Amino acid sequence: MARLHEMTALEIAASIGAREVSVEEVALYFLERIGRLDGSLRSFIRTVPERAVAAAVALDRRLAGEVSARRAGGLFGVPFAVKDNICTRGIPTTCASRILESFVPPYDATVVRRMYEAGLVLLGKTNMDEFAMGSSCENSAFFETRNPWNLETVPGGSSGGSAAAVAAGLVPFALGSDTGGSVRQPAALCGIVGLKPTYGAVSRYGLVAFASSLDQIGPLTRDVADCAAVMNVIAGHDEMDSTSAPLPSRDYSARLGADIRGIRVGVPREYMGEGAEPGVRSCVRDALGVLEDLGAVVEECALPHTEYALSAYYLIAPAEASSNLARYDGVRYGLREDAAEVHQMYERTRRRGFGPEVKRRIMLGTYALSSGYYDAYYLKALKVRTLVKRDFDIAFEKYDVLVGPTSPTVAFPIGSKTGDPVKMYLSDVFSVPVNLAGVPAISVPCGLHDGLPVGLQMIGRPFEEDFLLMVAHAYEQAAGTSRLRPRMVSEG
Amino acid sequence: MDSATAAEFEPVIGLEVHVELKTKSKIFCPCPTKFGAEPNTQVCPVCLGLPGVLPVLNEGAVELAVMAALALNCDIRPSSRFHRKNYFYPDLPKAYQISQYDHPLATGGWIEVGAGASRKRIGIKRLHLEEDAGKLMHEGSIETAARSLVDFNRCGVPLIEIVSEPDISSPEEAKEYLQVLKSILQYAGVSDCRMQEGSLRVDANVSVRPTGSAAFGTRTELKNIGSFRSVVRGLQYEIRRQIEVIRAGGEVLQETRHWDEQREVTVALRGKEEAHDYRYFPEPDLVPLHLDREWVESVRLKLPELPEARKRRFVSDYGLPEYDAGVLTASPSLAEFYERCVGLYGRGEGRPKTVSNWVMGELTRFLNANNIEIEEARVTPSHVVELLRLIEGGSISGKIAKAIFDRMCETGEMPSQIVRREGLGQISDESEIAAVVARVIEENPKVVGDYKSGKAQALGYLVGQVMKATGGRASPGLVNRVLRERLG
Repeated sequence: MARLHEMTALEIAASIGAREVSVEEVALYFLERIGRLDGSLRSFIRTVPERAVAAAVALDRRLAGEVSARRAGGLFGVPFAVKDNICTRGIPTTCASRILESFVPPYDATVVRRMYEAGLVLLGKTNMDEFAMGSSCENSAFFETRNPWNLETVPGGSSGGSAAAVAAGLVPFALGSDTGGSVRQPAALCGIVGLKPTYGAVSRYGLVAFASSLDQIGPLTRDVADCAAVMNVIAGHDEMDSTSAPLPSRDYSARLGADIRGIRVGVPREYMGEGAEPGVRSCVRDALGVLEDLGAVVEECALPHTEYALSAYYLIAPAEASSNLARYDGVRYGLREDAAEVHQMYERTRRRGFGPEVKRRIMLGTYALSSGYYDAYYLKALKVRTLVKRDFDIAFEKYDVLVGPTSPTVAFPIGSKTGDPVKMYLSDVFSVPVNLAGVPAISVPCGLHDGLPVGLQMIGRPFEEDFLLMVAHAYEQAAGTSRLRPRMVSEG
Repeated sequence: MDSATAAEFEPVIGLEVHVELKTKSKIFCPCPTKFGAEPNTQVCPVCLGLPGVLPVLNEGAVELAVMAALALNCDIRPSSRFHRKNYFYPDLPKAYQISQYDHPLATGGWIEVGAGASRKRIGIKRLHLEEDAGKLMHEGSIETAARSLVDFNRCGVPLIEIVSEPDISSPEEAKEYLQVLKSILQYAGVSDCRMQEGSLRVDANVSVRPTGSAAFGTRTELKNIGSFRSVVRGLQYEIRRQIEVIRAGGEVLQETRHWDEQREVTVALRGKEEAHDYRYFPEPDLVPLHLDREWVESVRLKLPELPEARKRRFVSDYGLPEYDAGVLTASPSLAEFYERCVGLYGRGEGRPKTVSNWVMGELTRFLNANNIEIEEARVTPSHVVELLRLIEGGSISGKIAKAIFDRMCETGEMPSQIVRREGLGQISDESEIAAVVARVIEENPKVVGDYKSGKAQALGYLVGQVMKATGGRASPGLVNRVLRERLG
């Protein structure tokens, strides 16, 4: 039997189902690994060992009572981690911010509840850029997370803790959130699979809002089959989220392994220009070759409004954030800096509680929504958003899937972009249009450049994740790129 | 301007009315909306605005809002949407209120005020849905409180805001508009409209202009209006103040002013420059609200009879004067009470008018004196009808009936019981009365002499003496007859 940290979530579940290993043993195995290795990686803000073991013991008992282990289903017994902006009842949920350092939610996010109901074991909460604002995990108010492929580089962000933990084999999979690339970009930089589902496919209830019209929770996994299995647990309509699509539940794994001969692949020329570094482009071109070998028809296509997408995103997302983050006022929970008068209390609390990037975006967003500027900035950005969305609609009339790089670069050295916000924002140039359009996209590993992973982004039609996963799975199986692991994993 | 009189100016008034809808649960979460519960016992993560929660629109609130809009003759927009109104205040846990902005639920309605030739339509510009905020409680006065506490029970209770056109031309007309509005909303069953509980709240916009001028003057907004009476008082004060400012050669400033109920003055709260920039933008957590015509029509069918129609029916069916019909139908519960009384008592021989006299007279006086609504009183239509039957059957006099009315309302005891227990029944035994009459004749020889010499009014005095001697319980008809017989 392979070592647990080298196995996929589905393999671990199968092993548990076959009684080769107990849920408790699996949980203890990963907790031990986190304890030993996370000191240098710093991917977790907090682990919950007592809870995890208690839950695992209870699940083992349930398993013993089952007539057939298969009844337990999909990912029964598998440990997981969640980004620290997803609410967990009784466990602090900080958004990697001072202002929420003491906040303990009295409820579980819908995705967490569904995980528990499916018999999965929560190991802990992962690090992130404060309030999911950033692309490197360096904006965490607590500490930086490092990339397991090279500890001097960033893991990407904002779901950097989730990506690093999965890539380092500290947990079989994790959940992140993606507002402008925050699942896909760290997945790309850490050499794992990351999916941003269609807006509305996964409930946002319990995800601490950054930009409500863009946020989606998505899985970070070792391979595509795991990604589909996680979607089977978390996706589906939720009455608690009015923007979750009222669609019947589906089997995201159903089309895995199908032939992709004849599918039409569009390669947006805007994604393959000078914006992406040559090493990244070269890996993506190799991947296109693999797809052609599989019988796909690959053609260049256009998403003409791509160049405006980033600007529109940096108006819409901060505008919504300025409103979403206004509730952190020190009145009811979280940090409070006392003052003689209430407005002074607000000011002191927020000055001390928020980091510089969060403040920058609150100011940007407040400005964009202010009377006199609303039309020129926010409203204009909404119009651009409509055009970006239309680009995708038109492209999908001709192509089944659009393919390009997830991130313009591989993992960059820690500290190399923190002095220049715009340079940092450019990390999201290929991922942001997807959020504006609300369509699903997956990042799968497509090779190494300078010893660091490159991510291939595949974009699909709304609510056709099953098709997207089928294509990604076919590529992954043919290319073998998901088997690449950092030394941290192979060394054990 | 020295010689200018108030008649040279006319006020222009528009009202913004907030009404709490009578839903069982809040607008975006399942918490109950009951008034008067212990602070912070009707709350959940959603109405407390905890991180990560999302609003889900209560369809019941939409239905009541649509019902209100239909009752106010508004057009229901097939598509409306919610916006966020952003501002910091400790009673607002999300630091934004979910409201409607440029796409309200309904527009273009009206109601009618005044009677006869002065009947007039007041336009309703818009009606929209929004959520209520919590309530701050200060230790002592707001200026000196060392601590303030927040009760979030009210936070998330559904509200409709009804904005009138600036069609109102006097403080009294403003009051009448509010009375009619309240009556319609109560009839439609959408709200209790209890101003003292805050389920109906009023802000007033007022300006003055030279009489007959078409242009508007600069307006001020009046806040903290706690009763219909203070609507009139506050507007009267503010109109006077604005006229004085103009007469003195000054300029009215566009500002928000606070009505100080104790001192009976308005005080500037904030000027135009300090006005909040609410940074409205579409609420991304809610989808646009689409209402299809069929559904709206199905709500229209559920709309009960409204005050105007009921008033007309009272005139035609019960033969009541228009005045009576207006008073009785002002509140649905009073009208309902009246109709149940008539149902029990019957319609013949002017009976509906008799019932009207008692309901408008004694019952309304009792309710007003105790400051309660009819549904809070222990009196039922059976009480009133039994009382009327006791009078009709000669068991008690109208005077006795009035005397026991309040006790009946307070205790809920049936009038016949009170009469029996207290021995208040009318004396209709002729021999008993004859004995008293004989004594009165004996004690008043002079008056008897006057009567016999042709002074007819002397009889009245003798009747009075008999009534006095029997504690008002003697049947007046019987007393009259026996006296005449004895006096020959």
